[in-house]
This record gives sequence, C-alpha cells and structure tokens, in this order.
Amino acid sequence: MNYSSIRRILGLILQFEAGFLLVPCITALVYGEREGWAYLGVAIVCALLGTLLVFMNRNNETYYTKEGFVAVALSWIVLSIFGAAPFVLSGDVASYTDALFETISGFTTTGASALTSVEDLSHASLIWRSFTHWVGGMGVIVFILAIMPMTGGYNMHLMKAESPGPSVGKLVPKIRRTAMILYGIYFGMTVVEAILLLIAGMAPFDALCLTFGTAGTGGFAVKNSGLFNYTMLQQGIITVFMIAFGVNFNFYYYLLLGKTWAAKKQAFNMSEVKGYLGIIAFCILSITWNIRGYFGSLFEAFHHAAFQVGSIITTTGYATADFNLWPQYSRNLLVLIMFIGACAGSTGGGIKVSRVLILFKSARQEILHFIHPRRVAVIKLDGKAVDKETVRGVNVYLAAYMLIFVVSVVLITMFDQGSLETIITAVVATFNNIGPGLDVVGATGNYNAFLPVTKYILMFDMLAGRLELFPMLVLFVPSIWVPTRRKKKAA
Amino acid sequence: MKIIVVGGGKVGRTLVEQLIAEGHDISVIDSKSRVITNVTDNFDVMGVQGNGASYTVQQDAGIEEADLMIAVTDADEVNLLCCLVAKKAGGCNTIARVRNPIYNSEVSFIKEELGLSMTVNPEHAAATEAARILRFPSAISIDTFAKGHTEILRFKILENSILNDCRMMDISHKTGSEVLVATVERGQEVIIPNGQFILKAGDTISIVASPANAKRLFENMKMKRGRVRNCMIVGGGTVGYYLATQLLSQGIAVTIIEKSRERCEELSELIPDANIINGDATDQNVLIEEGIRECESFVSLTGIDEENIFLSLFARTVSDAKIITKINRINYTEVVDSLDLGSIIHPKRITAEYILRYVRAMENSIGSDMESLYELIEGRVEALEFRVRASCEVTDKPLSQIRLKKNVLIASITRNGNTIIPNGNSVIREGDSVVVVTSQKGFQTIEDIIDTGRG
Repeated sequence: MNYSSIRRILGLILQFEAGFLLVPCITALVYGEREGWAYLGVAIVCALLGTLLVFMNRNNETYYTKEGFVAVALSWIVLSIFGAAPFVLSGDVASYTDALFETISGFTTTGASALTSVEDLSHASLIWRSFTHWVGGMGVIVFILAIMPMTGGYNMHLMKAESPGPSVGKLVPKIRRTAMILYGIYFGMTVVEAILLLIAGMAPFDALCLTFGTAGTGGFAVKNSGLFNYTMLQQGIITVFMIAFGVNFNFYYYLLLGKTWAAKKQAFNMSEVKGYLGIIAFCILSITWNIRGYFGSLFEAFHHAAFQVGSIITTTGYATADFNLWPQYSRNLLVLIMFIGACAGSTGGGIKVSRVLILFKSARQEILHFIHPRRVAVIKLDGKAVDKETVRGVNVYLAAYMLIFVVSVVLITMFDQGSLETIITAVVATFNNIGPGLDVVGATGNYNAFLPVTKYILMFDMLAGRLELFPMLVLFVPSIWVPTRRKKKAA
Repeated sequence: MKIIVVGGGKVGRTLVEQLIAEGHDISVIDSKSRVITNVTDNFDVMGVQGNGASYTVQQDAGIEEADLMIAVTDADEVNLLCCLVAKKAGGCNTIARVRNPIYNSEVSFIKEELGLSMTVNPEHAAATEAARILRFPSAISIDTFAKGHTEILRFKILENSILNDCRMMDISHKTGSEVLVATVERGQEVIIPNGQFILKAGDTISIVASPANAKRLFENMKMKRGRVRNCMIVGGGTVGYYLATQLLSQGIAVTIIEKSRERCEELSELIPDANIINGDATDQNVLIEEGIRECESFVSLTGIDEENIFLSLFARTVSDAKIITKINRINYTEVVDSLDLGSIIHPKRITAEYILRYVRAMENSIGSDMESLYELIEGRVEALEFRVRASCEVTDKPLSQIRLKKNVLIASITRNGNTIIPNGNSVIREGDSVVVVTSQKGFQTIEDIIDTGRG
C-alpha cells in the first residue's frame, strides 16, 4: 500500500469538498441564515487540511488497482465524515449518527432520510443535502479527474473504482477528456431540467434541489410530503429526467458527439438501453393496469405508475404516491426492479441492467451446455464478445452482492426490531441506493426509528452499493494495509 | 495528434509510453483482451479489442479522426493490411513494421504502391545500429543529426586518454579537431559543461562533431584502432544476416557462428563472403578455436538474452574486442547497464525510436520548427534539432550576445551541408539547422532557448 499517494488524493478530495461547501454558504447568504457560518467553518477546515495533505505528499508516485480501490473507498468515507459536520454544528440535526446517515445517503445518491421532518431544516442544509446527490451521482473522483491535470495512466484505476458498471471504458483516449465529456453531459442535462421545472412554475429553490436529486438519482425532497403536492406537469418532467439520467451516458455521447450517422445510430443499438427501456415499459403498463382502481382515471394511474417505476428503477426514490398501499403485485414488481437498477455508466445504482443481461445470457449458455455438452459459445453484447473476465466478474459481483445483502439482514435482525418486510426492504433500498422501501421505511416513512448500530450497517451498505462492493470490501483485507517499502540506495 | 497503435507488444508499449509522454491521444488495438487491459491499466490510452485490420474495429478506435496509424503487430501481412485499410478509411499517414527479409528487399515498391509513409524493420535497424557502433569502436553510442552531417558520440574517458585532466576550451587545440562536449556524466550526475570545466578519467562524455572531425578526434586520441577489421557474430538470425552484409560491404571480415546446420547452409548461400561456422557458441572451445581472443569486435545476437549476456561477459574476459550485446527485453535496463556488456542494442527500442522520430517530425511540420528530438542518457538530456525557417530573435547576431537559459548548449550549426561547431562569434542564419542540447524539456521553437528572465 502506497500511503503517500492515498493521502494526496484524500487531500485533493478535501480541497474539493471545501469548494462544494460554498454552495450552502451562498444559499445561507441569500436567505440570511445563521447556519451558513457552520458550513463556512467546515469549508475552511477542509481547505486547510486538504492543502496540508496535498502539500506534504507531493511526490506523485504510481499506484495500482489496490491503491485505486482504497483511495476511492476512503475518499467517500472522508467526504461523508466532513460533509456531516455542518448539519450538527448548525444545530439542524441533533445526533451526529443521523447527520452521517444523511450525508452518506446524500453522496451515495440513496436519498434515505433519518430525519422526521425535513421542513425544519435551514435552506442551507436542504440544498447541501441535495447537492451531495449531484456530486455523488457522477462521482467526486471523476470530477477531480476532469478538473485537475493529473499525469500518468494510473488514474484509470481511480476511475474504474468509482464508475459503475461491469467494464469501465473510455469514450476518448484521454481520461481527463473522458471525465470532462461525462460531466459536460451531466451538467447540460441538469441545467435543462432546472429550466423546464422553472417554466412549469416550480419555486426556484425547490426546482434546484429536486433537479440535483433527479440528476444524481438521489431522492432527497424538500417537503415532508415528498413530491406528492407538486403539479402533474412538474412530476411528469421529473419522471422523464429520472429515466433519462438512468440511461448509460455513452448513449448521449454517441447521440450528441457522434460525427457520422453510423456513430449516432450506435446509440440506438445499445442493448443495455433497449433492455432498460423495455423493462420500464413493461413495469409501467402492468402496474398501471394493476392500480387502475386506485385513481380517478386511467391516465392518472399511468402517471403515478410511470413516476414510481422511473423513480425506483433509476434508484432515485422520489414518490408521488404511497406505493406501500398498492396491491401486492405492484409492490413486488417495484421491489424486484430495485435490484435491477439503472444502466451501467449512468448515475443510478442497483445491480445494473448490463449485468442482468450478462447474467441471463450466461444462464442461457449453461442450460444449452447441458443439452450440447461440447457446445462452445461466447456471450455477446452489442454484437461484441464479452470477455471471460467480465463474465466472471459479473458472477462474482452477484455472489458478493447476495453475501452482503444476507449478512446485513441477519445483523440487523440480531440487534434491531421490526417486521421482516421493513428490514429486508430497508437493506434493499439502501444497498441499491434507492431510498424508500416498504412498510415503516416506505414512501411516507423514514429511517429515524432504527437503532444507531442498524444505521451504521445501512451506511456501509449504501457506500458498498454506490462503489460497487469491492472498494469497500478490500478495506477488510488485512494484507492491503502493509505499507510499500522502498529499498534504500547505498550511499 | 490522434494516433492509433495496432499491436500492444513490446514495441507497441514502448511507443505508447513515449507518445503519451509527448501528449498525444492514443488508441491501442490488439486482438488479445489481456494485452488491452494491461496497456489501459498502465497508460492513459483507449483500448479496443479486435483485429486491427478490420474496418469496424478501426472505426471504434476512431480512424476517421486519426492523424497516424502505426501497425506493429508481429505479422507483416496484418501490418500492411492495417495500413492499407486505414489509408482508405481515414486518409491518415501510416507506418508499418515489415520484418520479413523478402518483403524488405521490395520495401520501396510496397511503400510506394500501398501509400505507406514509412516502414520499419527492427532487425535491419538493429543491424544498422550495430554497424554504426563498429565504425567507432570506442564510442558507446552514436546518433546522427542534420541528415548525417552532424554526429553525437558518447564514450568513456580512459585513464591514459589525452582528454584526462583536459580543460574544455583546450580540447579542439589538443586533439586537432573541431569538437564540442555536449554532456558529461560523472557518477550519477549529468553536467552540461562550460569552457572552464575539466574532464576527468572515468567521465562518460557526449561530443558533437562532423563525421570527419569525429574520425580525426578518435585517431588523435589514439584510442585503439579507428575502426575494426574483423568481427565475430554469434547467432545467424536475421539481425546477424543484415549486419554481416553491411559489414562486408565496408570491407570488414565476418565470422558467423550459428547452431543450426540448415541455417548455416542458407547463410552461406546468401552471404558467400562470410565465414560461416556451424557450432554451439556456448561451448567456449568453439569460440576460442574460432579466434575470439584475436578478433577486434564481438557481437552476440542469439535469440536468448541470457545467452547473449554470458557470451559477452566471456568475450570481455578473454579478449580486448569491442563488444556489442543484443538484448530483447527492455525491462531490467538498470541491471543490464550495471554489467560490462559493451554497447547494448535493443531492437525493439530502436524500432520505437525510429517511429518516434517520424512522429515528432510529423508533428513539427504542423506546429513547431523542431526537426528531430533525441533523448540522451536515458532521457535526462535532450538533443533537439531545429530548422530556422525565418529570421527571429536568435538570428544574425553573435551567439555571445544571446542570453541562453541555464543548461542549454548550442551544439552545432549546419549550413548548406557544412557543420560549424559554434563559438561565441558564430552566427545563426535563416535556413540553418541548429542542434541544441539541454536538460530542460518542452522546447518548441529555437526562440525557447533564450532566457527571457521569466524562468
């Protein structure tokens, strides 16, 4: 383990967090809130500490996969620890555990809240909550890679560790340019959504917070009632953008930056996007039919089905209706698509559609293998062979995923109480970075009632889910903490 | 520039490493996904897995916008096809590695008809390098500039040399030749010396001179012979064949020791003038019988690095011959350098360097005035060749009036094919080729050498 380069990255992270914290500071200035001082104070501490770390570890040495994983995992933990401080210092949140839960939930774009009433928070805290979604959606490290001119090809290890998906590739040869393109698309879509919401008559503050929440597929709302009380048009705009942010960003890259028609057509041939939209269409239609009796008109049922499906599959977690009260079929379907999640290379969480596709295809191969034992076939996606390593990676991912899931449920039931439905969906909803589950943690509930120990387990699940398990898991391997020693040259 | 490299082997990797350092956008195509993972993990490049000669694969790698396609897979035919497809698809410049001697003899036809910008042959390049070193056996390495009008020779000063304890400004006078010392390596240090600097035995120095002056220097220094009269080559592979033909054409007697009987017969057919010995060179008796003690130069070119190292070490112990060792693996340079193996040639690195020179020249034709860039002493010092296209800050005034940056040396000025080793009164004129030696990096134009006071 090369500690120096990790300390340097953590220093960079803190410097950037100081920058991010200026957003609530400005908000506090606009609304004349005293809570702004807490944010400013933490920002200054972050800036000083970060600069110190960067300054002391200037020799930028090479690092490998393990340093990349550890650096990313620790970055997110450090980011959350410091990001939670202003909630407590400003007096908005009483316990640090709840503040940390809230921050991790924000950065990992989960949107699960441990607060009973968000309307009591200051504007500064509200926008900070939502802004962490926006930052966490595309990833802090990717943001740093886009801004900082970092040398060396080793940064790919960082990007791989932070970006979701079974195989992380580049759009263009240079990693910095790739990161810039991703953030460019992200920023552009965010601006468009905010403008549309303003045109649809939403209050500017709400529009900004909800846009951040949608873009990062987070799910923090600014009202206790969630999104229940916005107009159908505003909810409709959010539905469309939630689904849009769950699409693999390569789709937009091909579509917007493809020079030829052939390149643009590539976007529509992406089987992951097709699969994703197919699942959404099926779920919306069948849930619409299932809940048609609950609403005044079929259109209204469609509207709410579309919103909830879009919200759950992209792992956003906004709600315009309490789906906890819907018929069992709809509830089951929603929990199932919690697992699937959005596309790889999007801001959403979950297992990811491309992994599900690879899993289905490899299952099919295995079955055919029983019938024709000598059959040789490779799994193809988008007309290209998926290499064995990737398939193996997906299988291992699923195994590790189930392991963490089961262990979390068992641990929580050991310490805490609650119905099995509550606990299981709480784990599902945090692990997949969605937010609301069923029963107590349903769309109208929150996570406040859990014991602190449960909250810490769920926090781990959120981080593990966002970083795709392995960066968090390697932290538990003792041998990774052995420092790199360099042979001293004889004088 | 946007560059596509097909083939991520040793040459491909060396190229990628250098091209990345020089700031190009690179896509690498290789048919093995393991190779792709390895390259993309270590360098900031885009990897595409597939057959490089396929149009769709090239499209994935961005052939439409590429400026250059470099095909360095181990198959000549694939390389040629890659370049042909790239030429048609993207209209970019193309470089192919072509190593088969049969194609090599027809290389100008192939280049012309397939529209290649350049072909490289690692074995041929390695042989040329070896032959060049044998011309000045006392030098460790030789680079040529300004279309061969200027040479940079690197060699070690021995105890009994007249350069020992010699002040820099007295060199030309003492040796009766116009030369300029560009760099001095003393221990771990690399120094760009001034006129007061005193050379010591044990220093490794690089000198800049015209070929005629370099020859005179070596003669006057009485460092062994001017050039070798005979050469023993171990290993009759392709490099051995090219080297033997080149040496024979210069009138140097060649003995080739080769293990395989069949290959020996082939060689004797191809190069009847050479003395072909069928025997196992790892048997020391064979070497001694064939006169390793008396030979003036010894080149180990077998296919196995370890064997080459042992052979050269053995040659070092029994003879005073100039030794050249071929090493294929480019890792472990530090370890290899610590052994006394004479001059070392890395065919793959030489190939990569040939291509890099072309790439730099190509880029310079777009942006700066740099003609070529050579890395000396493991890249710690650069020798840059500039073409002065128009009059500017540095032209038409004596060099003594130009304030140079620190660690910058104007090593030579070539005008109409004549090389001037500059002194304070020399003047740079429009149209000159100027070689600048510097330990600073990132010079783009000749004017970058001026100290503007801004650092």
